[in-house]
Amino acid sequence: MGITKKVTVLAVGLGLVTLSACGSSDGDDQGGGGSKTVTMVSHNSWAASKDVIAAFEKQSGYQVKVLEDGDAGQAVNKAILTKDNPQGDVFFGVDNTLLSRALDNGLFQPYEAKDYDLVLPEFRVDEDKHRVTPVDTGDICVNYDKEWFGEHDLTPPKTFDDLIEPEYKNLLVTENASTSSPGLGFLLGTAAKYGDDGWADYWKKLKANGVKVVDGWEQAYNEEFSGSAGGKQAKADRPLVVSYASSPPAEVIYADPKPETAPTGVAEGTCFRQVEYAGLLSNAKNPEGGKALLDFLLGKRFQDDMPLNMFVYPVREAAQVPQEFAKFGPRAKDPETMDPAKIAANRDQWVKSWTSLVLK
Amino acid sequence: MAVPVAFFAVFFAYPVAAIVARGLKADGTWHLGRIGDVLAQSDVRQVLWFTTWQAFVSTALTLLIALPGAYVFARFAFPGKQVLRAMVTVPFVLPTVVVGTAFMALVGRGGLLDELWGVRLDTTVWAILLAHVFFNYAVVVRTVGGLWSQLDPRQEEAARMLGASRFAAWRTVTLPALAPAVAAAALMVFLFTFTSFGVVQILGGPTFSTLEVEIYRQTSEIFDLSTAAVLTMIQFVAVGAILALHAWTVRRRETALRLVDASVTARRPRGAGQWALLAAVVATVAVLLLLPLAVLAERSFSGAGLGYYRALTREDGGVFLVPPIEAVGNSLQYAVAATAIAVLIGSLASVALTRRDAGRLVRGFDALLMLPLGVSAVTVGFGFLIALDEPPLDLRASWILVPLAQALVGVPFVVRTMLPVLRAVDARLREAAAVLGASPWRAWREVDLPMVRRALLIAAGFAFAVSLGEFGATVFIARPDNPTLPVAVARLLGRPGDLNYGQAMALSTILMIVCAVALLFLERLRTDRTGEF
Repeated sequence: MGITKKVTVLAVGLGLVTLSACGSSDGDDQGGGGSKTVTMVSHNSWAASKDVIAAFEKQSGYQVKVLEDGDAGQAVNKAILTKDNPQGDVFFGVDNTLLSRALDNGLFQPYEAKDYDLVLPEFRVDEDKHRVTPVDTGDICVNYDKEWFGEHDLTPPKTFDDLIEPEYKNLLVTENASTSSPGLGFLLGTAAKYGDDGWADYWKKLKANGVKVVDGWEQAYNEEFSGSAGGKQAKADRPLVVSYASSPPAEVIYADPKPETAPTGVAEGTCFRQVEYAGLLSNAKNPEGGKALLDFLLGKRFQDDMPLNMFVYPVREAAQVPQEFAKFGPRAKDPETMDPAKIAANRDQWVKSWTSLVLK
Repeated sequence: MAVPVAFFAVFFAYPVAAIVARGLKADGTWHLGRIGDVLAQSDVRQVLWFTTWQAFVSTALTLLIALPGAYVFARFAFPGKQVLRAMVTVPFVLPTVVVGTAFMALVGRGGLLDELWGVRLDTTVWAILLAHVFFNYAVVVRTVGGLWSQLDPRQEEAARMLGASRFAAWRTVTLPALAPAVAAAALMVFLFTFTSFGVVQILGGPTFSTLEVEIYRQTSEIFDLSTAAVLTMIQFVAVGAILALHAWTVRRRETALRLVDASVTARRPRGAGQWALLAAVVATVAVLLLLPLAVLAERSFSGAGLGYYRALTREDGGVFLVPPIEAVGNSLQYAVAATAIAVLIGSLASVALTRRDAGRLVRGFDALLMLPLGVSAVTVGFGFLIALDEPPLDLRASWILVPLAQALVGVPFVVRTMLPVLRAVDARLREAAAVLGASPWRAWREVDLPMVRRALLIAAGFAFAVSLGEFGATVFIARPDNPTLPVAVARLLGRPGDLNYGQAMALSTILMIVCAVALLFLERLRTDRTGEF
């Protein structure tokens, strides 16, 4: 009895010291309305330049703390789970495919960010209540491997219709719509293009034409797509992949030495537009700090900085798009779009039908 | 006893119960009818069937391939044995994000099988099964081989002198002594494969799904918490049954055996047959285990020499706010903290479990300690969020959550390593010390500690390695400015571009080396009765 008891007492003591130590350090951060820390909850694709954040901290007087909570879907779900006692003040990174889940669950409280009137009109939603602020946008599109198509003397596909042509048989790899955000985006793109009744038929043809489905973007792009660095090493044999319009510029920027032209291109008629929003969390402990942060996310400095960090496009009027983007990954002119309410009403059912149609 | 129980109650049972309750309770009333609804779905039954089926086959296949290995590592002395034994354990602690990529080089397009025979196994069930062998080879080699190396070979020789054939001698003498260890190893492998997640997702493709994958999808993608809760409960029941069975065989194994020092039973192979066996085992290890690891290392150099490694030291401002190489330091720090927690909790539990007056309840706790291995990381992660959100336990934003989550996985290893040694300590020694006037604490320090010191170090090493590779819980908690190694690798792989991919490979190679060094260090400390791992 004796020894275990002593060790027990020691351990409990130690444990309490540890717990109280971290408890108190956190307590300082969350001390109510006048707090000097503003916390943003986001997903693991969040990125920003250090000096841009530092400038905001200096100008506003708030210390910025960022929590990354898994991938985009997980982060939203976890924010909803904890909405009565949120982990932060602002949530960034809910996109149009999940927006209604966040709004219906009362995740956000209204706030109209300072430069809201400078947001390009096509990205505005929820304008009567202003529960969310658009921050960035990107297009999910089929990318092609230029080298492969050059070697095979074939014109790369341009549209959804092209993808079911026999000359592109067994060339496309996409992601599981139920587990991957580009996979879902591509499915929604076809639904927008062919309508509620037509998309299933399109996917039947796509399946007959040998589309391959893998679970996530990482596998599709790094293992199956012949145009990526990983794909080349893995001797990948699919020259078409569902990815982003910003992937070709990334291939240039993250190469050493930098090539003259991007090794990959975008099939412009296969794009689906994604928009990411941020909002002030319903039970935020520091709402004033949260509002300042939302103003900052829509501010010129952040909007100019964002593209090269997160590989997305700004939503603010006249924000600068980096040269590499303009050169290697121009925005799709006429991407497919869909109203978030329509996505909400159909998403689960479509994914279910898609799963039994394509995967089973 | 109170501390480990409290630890598990607060950091495991409570969060898991909270998330399950959230799923099954709506507007203040329980909806237990959901259990029946979910069970009635044919795809759920299908998932349950596939989960069980693949776990059985994977276990059988692992035993088939790894048992000869266990024999070779137990009975033969050959150069490089220590290094090889450390290497076969590396996959066990590597995160699946990395291994999936490497394993493709064996079974995928352009892989070895494809080059030789034009066989591609990716997205077939064979890729899943072989990867399970890859991951669990070390479990069998260490559990069974550990005991095998300590069985006195003279017993079998005596049987042969008395006229038994070689097979009869093996069947009647060695096999019965070995059977409980084999059964225990089989159950561990079954448990790991039953709850397999990354392997199934990455190698199996979207057509295959285990309970664990389904729980993940329901919780983090579809957000159907009630289905997830029911699935978690099903998995809980299944895992509980496996653990009960395991505890039972482990206890049977602990019947007195005449064990000898492992170093006297191993000798150089003799005759063509034994050399052929050794060669076959080494070849299997080389192809199945070392080749995928080598592919990772090769890719980290290809094209750029050391360029990817140099890139790791630069602050890129994009994917990370810090040079990715700093992830090594972060990982090491978390792992040290996790190890300290796991060793503390694990040792206390082990000491309590070996006490002679330990009742049935305490021994039942032995099995409970293993449960975290069988519960989805996403369940625990989401549970943490809603359970640990009130002072004094508002730990959600605290760094301590990472080592706590990792320690949950480390404790079972500590207990499994310590228990056999502690149980082997003769209680009469402690009594003698007490009679001579030593305080209980002093008796423990003078009697138990010297005997368990090595086991303790080994347990610490295992907890360290496991927390180094842990991905599931860490990914939820790690901050952008201090990513761990596996998290950094996953992030790099999540972006297009040659440099990102190359850096991911380079960082994986570093992770592998850090793991291997930790394990080699363990090998040096390995003593004879150091438990199952």
